[in-house]
Amino acid sequence: MAGNNLKEVSAEYLLFEAKREEKFITGSEAVKEAILRANVDLAISYPITPQSESMHLVGDLYAEGYVKDYFRGENEFAVMSEVAGAAMAGVRVFTATCGPGTLRAFENFPMWAGSRLPIVMAFMTRGVNAPLTIQPDTIEMSFLLDTGMIMLHAENAQDLYDMILLAYDVAEQTSVHLPVGVFVDGFFVTHTRQKVKVIVEDVKLKSYDPSRSPMPTIDMETPPFRYMRDPFVMKSNFISYAAHASWQQEVIAAMYRSKKYLEKYLGSLIEQTNTDAEIQIVASGTAVSQARAAAKILKEEGIEVGIIKIKSIRPFPTEEIKDALKNAEKIVIPEFNRAGWLAKEVASTIKNNDRIVHGPRVYGGMTMPPEIIVEVIKKGTLIGV
Amino acid sequence: MSESITKPNPYFKEYLPQEYKDIVEKEAFKKNKSFLDLGVVKELLEEHPLCAGCNLALSLKLILVALPNPEDTIIVGSTGCSSLALAQVGIHNIHSLFGNQNAVATGLKRALSIRFPDKVKDVVVMAGDGATADIGLDMTLHSWFRKEKITTIMFDNEIYANTGGQESGMTPCGRVVNMAPKGKKFSKINMPEIAKTSGCDYVAAVSVAKPKSVFSSVRKAILVAREIGPTYVQIFTPCPTNLKIKSSEAIIVAEEKVKQGEYPISEYISPQAEEYLKNLGELSQ
Ligand SMILES: Cc1ncc(C[n+]2csc(CCOP(=O)(O)OP(=O)(O)O)c2C)c(N)n1
Ligand SMILES: [Mg+2]
Repeated sequence: MAGNNLKEVSAEYLLFEAKREEKFITGSEAVKEAILRANVDLAISYPITPQSESMHLVGDLYAEGYVKDYFRGENEFAVMSEVAGAAMAGVRVFTATCGPGTLRAFENFPMWAGSRLPIVMAFMTRGVNAPLTIQPDTIEMSFLLDTGMIMLHAENAQDLYDMILLAYDVAEQTSVHLPVGVFVDGFFVTHTRQKVKVIVEDVKLKSYDPSRSPMPTIDMETPPFRYMRDPFVMKSNFISYAAHASWQQEVIAAMYRSKKYLEKYLGSLIEQTNTDAEIQIVASGTAVSQARAAAKILKEEGIEVGIIKIKSIRPFPTEEIKDALKNAEKIVIPEFNRAGWLAKEVASTIKNNDRIVHGPRVYGGMTMPPEIIVEVIKKGTLIGV
Repeated sequence: MSESITKPNPYFKEYLPQEYKDIVEKEAFKKNKSFLDLGVVKELLEEHPLCAGCNLALSLKLILVALPNPEDTIIVGSTGCSSLALAQVGIHNIHSLFGNQNAVATGLKRALSIRFPDKVKDVVVMAGDGATADIGLDMTLHSWFRKEKITTIMFDNEIYANTGGQESGMTPCGRVVNMAPKGKKFSKINMPEIAKTSGCDYVAAVSVAKPKSVFSSVRKAILVAREIGPTYVQIFTPCPTNLKIKSSEAIIVAEEKVKQGEYPISEYISPQAEEYLKNLGELSQ
């Protein structure tokens, strides 16, 4: 295997020290570059636009000997169960999907978190039916907020590359051991070329160590072999209710414990510019790039606008957002979806949330010209909604 | 696994549950047991919460003694009555969702092949008729099409027992059950035939009333799945609770229905599997 020619290194070395070079590549190619370094044992694919190309390229890595096993599953529900079975047996996995595929697979996501599986997967977000759409839209993130999964939102191909790699180290911490979804806006990032600094040294992430799992690895090598005393969750008594409830609380606690590991790589879970401005834009994903363009236009007109980029949606940077917005007079939250899930999150976090303008929102594949953000900021309210 | 793994640390031994000590000390992991060992060696199934007279529970016991290599066997289950009993088994087993058992087993088997390339790890799926032939049928079939080296065992009680006796695809035509108030309108799914045409190298339909045939078909199925290809065993386990028959008569029903030709018994062995079993000789009995 060609992968054997890469030296195993720590996640810290991989992300902070390994030699990098700038390449002009698509978001899909950035996924391939990340998986090349991630030392993945098993990757399972299923086609859906705009995700497919990423998993084609991961398939190439398998053919080239950098991923040990790879196949196309029968549907997304099955694929998510297949990677679950593999993760339970103690190997590192990767998969990706989006939109309708995410919904087809849905029952698996809370099961992954509840089973404490350190699965890393990418979501190249897309709208959901009906009517049929293949276009970028982040609505699926709204549905996934309470699955127990860690959710990172990439703004560009560089974020996508770095987030996939750091996700493995965060997911595999004993005190975390949860799935991580790396979300990226389909087409806008996957199908455009950008400058990405990728690792060029002959190194890869050190292998997954199943003995670090807080749950017994299902391999008949890791006692106890009878690790469940009763099918407690199905009994109708208070002990079984309490067992389920405390288990769920522990999943959420584990997710919040991931924060310090995420911060090691991401700095803060938010990134701020122009912190003192009275007008603040809060955004995630490519909406951040649009916000930057809008801020530039406004600056030329003498209007100062701050930008708060949220990198981690789960865990949500509650304290950071409270602090960052304490003096803001107007808060604008542009989003690529109908639900406005980010605006709802922020509204439930800060005081005096009537400072928030919920929007602009575009969906169904529409682009978000910076001018509409500018207009919302100037009018202080939504137009035409 | 090696024996040293299960041997309790002497300092902690007194804190281990008695069943665990029993499993280790009373030869529960002994290889190549016979069904006559039931009640003699320590069984892998502890006291279980299934109904009195449950044929599924009995067939599970038979399956567990038939495992050719229990210390390196992993069971993948599914939601349903069997998941209540599997939680009581002293072997690593998975319950994740309803119907995804063959997909989970696929990932698990491939992962174990990566981690233990020189070791045999038997992956055995055990699930109800609803899980195998209805909600999970696509995944059952695709694991066979892909030739995954796993054994699929169906507890065929011909009904969704755990949710209160609704029609499944395995319910016989005409039977009046919940959600089929005027009787089931189509035939029982012919899973053994489907298994055969979908690539299984060993297929058997047996009745729990014939312990020896349950035992030998399970053993053959697991051995063939190691080297040749996917295998399928369907065990007739009529449900006393939902059929509203006396607990003591449940096993008689399992016998009578077969005698009256209401439950077809069959066995198929592919030529490669036949050859392989012949070379194994006694082991496969
Ligand atoms: C997605 C989903 N749908 C429905 C159910 C409800 N459910 C639980 S067990 C079961 C019936 C299982 O029937 P079968 O597989 O035949 O097993 P049995 O209980 O008869 O042994 C059903 C419908 C569920 N748990 N999950
Ligand atoms: Mg059933």
